[in-house]
Amino acid sequence: MKTRLFSLGILLSGILLFVTLTSQDQSEEAPPPDNYECLKCHGKNYYSFENEVTGMKVHKKMNPYFILNHQKYNQGVHNSFACIDCHLPEYETYPHAAELKLEPQYGCMDCHGDDPNYAKFHFDEISIEVEGSVHGNALGDDFKCEMCHNPHYYELGYSKDKRIEEIVATANNMCTECHNYSQDKFYLLSDSCAGNQDITHSWLPSKELHFKSVRCIECHSTISDSLIVSHNIVEKESAVKNCVECHSTDSRLMSTLYKHRAKESRSKFGFINGAMMNESFVVGATKNYYLNVISIVLFSFVFLIILFHAFLRIILKK
Amino acid sequence: MSNRIYLYPLVIRIWHFLNALAIVLLIFTGLSIQYSNPEYPFMRFDLAIIIHNYAGVFLVVNYLLFLGANIATGNRKHYKIIVKGFISRLFVQARFYSFGIFKGEKPPFPISQQNKFNPLQQLSYVAIMFVFLPLMIITGIALLYPELIPAKIFGIGGVLFTDLIHIVSGFFISIFLLIHLYFVTIGKTPLKNFKSIINGYHEENH
Ligand code: HEC
Ligand code: HEC
Ligand code: HEC
Ligand code: HEC
Ligand code: HEC
Ligand code: HEC
Ligand code: HEC
Ligand code: HEM
Repeated sequence: MKTRLFSLGILLSGILLFVTLTSQDQSEEAPPPDNYECLKCHGKNYYSFENEVTGMKVHKKMNPYFILNHQKYNQGVHNSFACIDCHLPEYETYPHAAELKLEPQYGCMDCHGDDPNYAKFHFDEISIEVEGSVHGNALGDDFKCEMCHNPHYYELGYSKDKRIEEIVATANNMCTECHNYSQDKFYLLSDSCAGNQDITHSWLPSKELHFKSVRCIECHSTISDSLIVSHNIVEKESAVKNCVECHSTDSRLMSTLYKHRAKESRSKFGFINGAMMNESFVVGATKNYYLNVISIVLFSFVFLIILFHAFLRIILKK
Repeated sequence: MSNRIYLYPLVIRIWHFLNALAIVLLIFTGLSIQYSNPEYPFMRFDLAIIIHNYAGVFLVVNYLLFLGANIATGNRKHYKIIVKGFISRLFVQARFYSFGIFKGEKPPFPISQQNKFNPLQQLSYVAIMFVFLPLMIITGIALLYPELIPAKIFGIGGVLFTDLIHIVSGFFISIFLLIHLYFVTIGKTPLKNFKSIINGYHEENH
């Protein structure tokens, strides 16, 4: 009895030690970055500083493009970063030195390229696809990952298991920030006229609904075997216009938008393409196997009875 | 020799013709949409969708014509089921269709100005016109404006639920059509009833 108690004690203290060690580990790992030094100006519409020439405190309007949303920053994958992990420490002084504008900026590939830690995201493959896409072909290196992915807010839609609707909204927002009449971002890159998606897609019925339930890339990029998100955006002539590519049992949505769920539930309660079922209803793709079978059986049954009845009528009338 | 009764008022005949046209289009395009397949397209998907939508809206307007015409012409009396003894009358009619008809018996509920449908006809017409067609219309309008549909109904996606009702009702209407087409051939001659629904007169044959 005594030895039992003793070993129990050892076991308990062992667990206790393990718990304290690991919890300490965790608290050491993520010190909350204090970005107040930058955000006191870049987190607000107005900023103030001491004018060293006149010796007066001045209030000024912040350029809206240079304002960061603190909350969105904290939700992003890089929330553990201090601003000066990516930006030069010289930014800590204001007015910022003019030469800072000339310094090259860290891009996604500078940190993630060729890094086995992130192998599952296939950064290098993505980079090659972007280079070969319509954007890469037309604009070369000017079209960086940052054109679509805001390094400050970048979030992984899939791993957090967000609702499809949210994933779609975030992804489409990336494109419509440029591909819309009113967007200045487009004109940073091109002198041609940004088309209006409402007009160029008028052939698509229930356009609003489609743009809410599928991403632009479902139609505009090729299907990729290894990537969860294909980045190979092709020229408009090769975009998907054939409805049946999505609206059929073999829907391409299962290898694009629903790829990350496709394995988990291909047929739930006999629903073909069950992975889509909870979030959306895609005519022609969401079908029920049992209902199909029942309807065919019932229909044939009725048909046979009618044939039999007609047969008897013809024979017996004679 | 035969005495003619005027059974199908003109508006009803017009309604019926347009209704049949719309329903046949809807069934054809509906099947094409439901069983869409890139390799064996019944019909181009976007075309099927457009025809289905127009035919559906047309059907709704035409259904209103049916309701109006029934109120205006007094044809509605034929759709009133007299509950008392209805079940046993159904059995009598069913027995006639299963046996009596082959022995050359007289139909148990002869057609008259007051009574143009036999009990089975009456039940199926009422079920189709006042249960399945309205269900079809309500779910069809909802699918045309999917933003009106609640996100979840009974724990499954709202649009999915609506569509299931739409498809199941569509199935029953198709079955009805099959049976309907057969039963209207049961007359003095197989084509006689078709003549009635065109010229409005029923010719007494028994
Ligand atoms: C006193 C307010 C203030 C502080 C503090 C401040 N900034 Fe700025 N920053 C500005 C203003 C104003 C601009 C707009 C351009 C200019 O006036 O130089 C700017 C511009 C920038 C730019 C854009 C340069 C360009 O032209 O593309 C970056 C990047 C930047 N700041 C980073 C930082 C970082 C990182 C910090 C913190 C280490 C920081 N800033 C702190 C006010 C501030
Ligand atoms: C993961 C790296 C990274 C971190 C962390 C980061 N930035 Fe940036 N930042 C960038 C890159 C890359 C750009 C250039 C974006 C572009 O070219 O569109 C940029 C641009 C900016 C700009 C110019 C506005 C613009 O969109 O061009 C400002 C201002 C800025 N950052 C401020 C900050 C502040 C303040 C923080 C800390 C809260 C911060 N950044 C943290 C990578 C980072
Ligand atoms: C300065 C280097 C740097 C830059 C620039 C950078 N990242 Fe990161 N990124 C990191 C580090 C370090 C982590 C790991 C952060 C952590 O685990 O807290 C990370 C994490 C990630 C993750 C993984 C998140 C997860 O849950 O595993 C993704 C995806 C990612 N970054 C994408 C990007 C994209 C897209 C860009 C360009 C817009 C970018 N990164 C730019 C350093 C960088
Ligand atoms: C034309 C816009 C565009 C460009 C350019 C772009 N991406 Fe993406 N990327 C997207 C969209 C859309 C998604 C899907 C939505 C999401 O997951 O946020 C995505 C998703 C991702 C993902 C997440 C994949 C996963 O496993 O969930 C990574 C990682 C990524 N991009 C990296 C990059 C890198 C690296 C570059 C530059 C070489 C780049 N992207 C350039 C649009 C773009
Ligand atoms: C930073 C701005 C920007 C973003 C973000 C962007 N594009 Fe583009 N895109 C352009 C520009 C500029 C062109 C035109 C290149 C040229 O001048 O030919 C273009 C061209 C295209 C074309 C080819 C059009 C044609 O005429 O053949 C397609 C398709 C396209 N983009 C789709 C997308 C999709 C899908 C997304 C989102 C995943 C996206 N773009 C995101 C700027 C952008
Ligand atoms: C259902 C598939 C589909 C979806 C979803 C879709 N597109 Fe398209 N898009 C096409 C097709 C097909 C064309 C070619 C149209 C044509 O040639 O008439 C096209 C054309 C374009 C063009 C070139 C039009 C021009 O001449 O200016 C751009 C840019 C574009 N789409 C961007 C987008 C963006 C951004 C989104 C998301 C908001 C999007 N598309 C969603 C299928 C789609
Ligand atoms: C990229 C895949 C894709 C393509 C291509 C596509 N659709 Fe869709 N469509 C969808 C999805 C997903 C939905 C389901 C929306 C929901 O309810 O969430 C949908 C819904 C619909 C609906 C149903 C609206 C309702 O009332 O519920 C119609 C009608 C439709 N699509 C017609 C078409 C036609 C016609 C075409 C070809 C011109 C087409 N779609 C091409 C993905 C696609
Ligand atoms: C496509 C071919 C169709 C043909 C050839 C056809 C034929 C006929 C005929 C011959 C009649 C008169 C016989 C009788 O009273 O039973 C009739 C009546 C009727 N049919 Fe049809 N029909 C068709 C489609 C439909 C459809 C699709 C519906 C409903 C969804 C329908 C509903 C009715 C109703 C309710 C009556 C009774 C009308 C009345 O007198 O009030 N028919 N049909």
